[in-house]
Formats: sequence, C-alpha cells, structure tokens
Amino acid sequence: MSVIEANHLTKYYGKARGIVDVSFQVDEGEIFGFIGPNGAGKSTTIRLFLSLIYPTGGSATIFGKDCIKYGPQLRQDIGYLPSDVFYYERMKVIDLLKYSASFYARDCTQRMHELADLMELELNRRIEDLSYGNKKKVGIVQGLLHQPKLLFLDEPTAGLDPLMQRKFFQLIQEENARGVTVFFSSHILGEVQRMCSRVGIIKEGRMIEIADIKTLQQNNYKKVLVEAAALDAAHFDIPGVTNLEHTNGSVRFFYKGDVNALMRTISGVTVSNVTIEEPTLEEIFMHYYE
Amino acid sequence: MRANIFQQEFKMHLRSVITWAVSVAALIFVFTSIFSSFAKDAALLNEMMANFPEALLTAFGLNGVNLATILGYFGFLFLFVQLCLAIQAANYGFGMVSIEEREWTADFLLAKPVGRTQILTSKLLAALSSLLITDVVVWVSSLVFINLFKADSAYETNPLLLLLLSIVIFQLFFLAVGLVISLLVKRIRSVTPYAMGLGFGMYVLSAFGDMLGESVLELITPFKHFNPNYIVQHGAWDTPLVLISVAVIVISLAASYILYTRRNIPAVV
Repeated sequence: MSVIEANHLTKYYGKARGIVDVSFQVDEGEIFGFIGPNGAGKSTTIRLFLSLIYPTGGSATIFGKDCIKYGPQLRQDIGYLPSDVFYYERMKVIDLLKYSASFYARDCTQRMHELADLMELELNRRIEDLSYGNKKKVGIVQGLLHQPKLLFLDEPTAGLDPLMQRKFFQLIQEENARGVTVFFSSHILGEVQRMCSRVGIIKEGRMIEIADIKTLQQNNYKKVLVEAAALDAAHFDIPGVTNLEHTNGSVRFFYKGDVNALMRTISGVTVSNVTIEEPTLEEIFMHYYE
Repeated sequence: MRANIFQQEFKMHLRSVITWAVSVAALIFVFTSIFSSFAKDAALLNEMMANFPEALLTAFGLNGVNLATILGYFGFLFLFVQLCLAIQAANYGFGMVSIEEREWTADFLLAKPVGRTQILTSKLLAALSSLLITDVVVWVSSLVFINLFKADSAYETNPLLLLLLSIVIFQLFFLAVGLVISLLVKRIRSVTPYAMGLGFGMYVLSAFGDMLGESVLELITPFKHFNPNYIVQHGAWDTPLVLISVAVIVISLAASYILYTRRNIPAVV
C-alpha cells in the first residue's frame, strides 16, 4: 500500500515556481529520500502534504485519503520536523512538549520523556535560551512523541553535532523497524545514501528521477582508474568514456556502456593497477545538475 | 473550539490584559477624582467653554456637553477610555494570526491534527475573553469611582449602563477589522503601528467628521457609532449606526474565516 501519493502536484506562489507536476508514491515502511539543492522545492512539497499551503494543481493523498480534506484527522499519525525550527520563545521546553502532546488522542507522556532523555534535552530551559541545535532536539522530540506512522523530515540533521546525528539516525531506523514510513528530505547525500532505499531527485521544481539507490548506482557510469608505466591517454578514448584525465602514470575516467569493451581496451596495456568503482550518490547527483 | 489552544492563547494575552485593565482603571480614577473641583466652578467653566470657537469644541467632542454633571463629564473622558480599548482590541485582532506567522510558529500549530476553523475559533474566543475581562474592569472601576467622586451630582443609571455596555461591541469592531486586515495583507512586521493606526485613525475620522459637519464619515467610525455624548444625552444608542458596527463585525469575521482557511502559510526562504 502506498502511504504517500502525489498526483501531478503543482504549486506556484503567484508567478514564482514552487513545484511543477510532481508525481510519486511512497510505500508503507519505506524510507524515501528526497534530494535536491536549496530552492528546488523540497520544503514546498512537504508543506503541501501537511496542508500548510494549498496546491495550484494536482492532488496528494496520505494513507489513501486526500491530504486537505482529511488533513486534521491524518495529522494524528504524522510527525513533522521542519528544516528551520521555531517555537514559542517564552515557553519552557517541557510546556511546549506538553502543549504539543495535548493535540494527540494517545497519552504521550512516557514517550516524550524517553525521547527527551535520549536526545539529552533539558526540559526546564526556556526556548529562547536554547541554541539552534537544542531547538532542533526539541523539534525531534515534538515530532516523534505521539508515535506517528509517517514522518516528514525536512533537512533534519542541520545544527546537530555528529554524535547527535548518529543518535538521531539510530532513532529513525528504530522507528522505521517498527513500521514507520519516513519521507526524508535532504541535500546531504551521504546521509540519504545511508538511510534510504529509494530516492527522488528534484530539480527546479520538477522530479527528474525516482529510483532505487542501487539501480541508480549500477545503471550509471563507473569510475575507472588505470595505473601503468607507459600510458597513452588517447588509447582510452573509446565511446562511453568521459572526463578523461591523464596524470603522471595514471589515467582516470568515467565510463558508461558495455563493460567488456572497457576490459578489452584495458587489456591492451600492461597495467600495474586497475580499479573500477561505482559512483557515490553525490557524484550521480552532480551529474544530474551539470 | 480546542481547550488547549484557547488556554495557550489566553496565557499569551494575560500580561497584556492586566496592563491594559490597570491602565484604563487608573485613567478613570484620575479623571473622576478631579470631577469635584470641576463641579465647584461649573458655572464658570461652562461660561468659559461658551467662548471657545465651536470648531475646537467639536474637535474635542465637547459640543453641547455639560461638564458640570457627572455623566456629562464622564461622557467626555470616556472618549479616552474608548481610544485605549480600541487600540487594545485592534492589537489583538492584528496579532491573532500574524504573530505566529511572523515568528514562524504557525508551522508547529498547523501541523497538529486540528483544522484551521477550530484554530481560529479558539484564538477568537481567547481574545474575546481577554477583552471581556478588560471590559469588566472598566465597568467596575467606572461604577466605583463615579459613585466615589460624584459629590452631590446625581445621575441616571440607564445612560451610564448603556455607555458601559457599548464597549463590548466597540471592541469587537476593532478586533474583527484588525483580524481581517491582517489576513488581507501578506505579512505584518509589527502589530503595534497597525493597531495604533486603526485606533487613532478611526478617532481622527470621528473628530474631523464633527468639525467638517461631514456625516458620511460617521458611517465608518465606531467612535461615532458609540459616541459617548450621544448616549449620555439621549439615554439610548444611535441604533442605525450601531447596526453598521454590527454588520462590519459580522462581515469581517466571516471574511476572516474564509481567508484563513484558504491561506498559504509563509515559510522561511
């Protein structure tokens, strides 16, 4: 069953482009990565799902129900961590969390304290006295305390130190293991690669690719490095080769095409070393944006 | 209506309510306390006022006012009470939705499992309760201080009660109009200038309307709809004008609900 379904979702702010004709599905229990640079429309998409803004065209469903019409009811089971966290400055952390919990049907007290302990959050501080990273922790706790079935994470790790990031990823993986579906928006590709099974790549408001991370890597170009005593770069200039670089005793290039053709070319030289690597998500990503 | 949102909103208003209520009560105290010295020289005072240019008197709402009676005097000072109440109500109206959007907490609230109509209703009721508390303080302090300082000037209860009760609708006007304006504009950077602008603006319209003898202006401003001198002198509300206020309130509130439920909540760019 798909938990999230976007059908030709379009949003313009006046004339300014938000997103254009975005369609995709996210299945139950999946961690779906949503990647793109700043301003590509990642936050716009999430805010449409939460009915914070309304689409200019198209529609979206969550748990099979229209996300505007059934918004309030659906949000009982949705957790949201925005990219920039802002809370009522004069409130104490504990009061904010209690206020947050008071919206949900279930009793959230126990889970709230578990999460606050885990994130090492001081409950008696005022929000205005917190650093950005600590506010982010408040965001994490308030987004998870009602044990949602669907999580929207919008660039969740910004402001967290590496230790907290690790704890946070563990937490999300635990939630996911309990069956929680996660929509993970980020421009940090390393974390997406680590967390997600499938990614959507958004560019200038349009979804340009949706694929499994593995197929994305396999169907892409390979990174090839050949080292040899005497090398002629022109020898490797066969169809499918790009970004050919020749440095002192080694040749680097990207290759896309029949691997056998590549092997035959390499075997024509006496080599001292050969590596063929799959590209990182970052390299694939850059490729889409070039 | 959601009790938790109501509570949260009410708590946010509490300090402001206390400040406004105490200030207005103090204003009433200071003004009424000097009534007896006024009354002593009443004849002299009325004579002096008769010599003032009429335009000046109308500008200050003093035309046809007998400052020698406690109600005439109270009706005059009540203009200043109205001005305070107008700014307070406009303040709550302009801030109701815009503060959350300016401080970016709207995302938090609207991502919760609650509909926008419920949010607006809870916020409106919280603002309304805050205004009612202020009104009760105005009522009590007016009655207490008038009776304390009226000396031997007798007054009729009816006009006074009508005058005091009028502030509920009067404040609702500024609350509703402030709210609908805040939803019509894209963003309000600071609530106070808007609230002062609406409060003083309406007062100036009323004062100038008097001076110019322009009756069109009185259709717009609640300072005219609930003119204290009129209520004191006639012992009644100017019903057609009051109905204009009521109509503006109803339309503004209805429009606010429509605008708020369709609103795109701005995000940090």
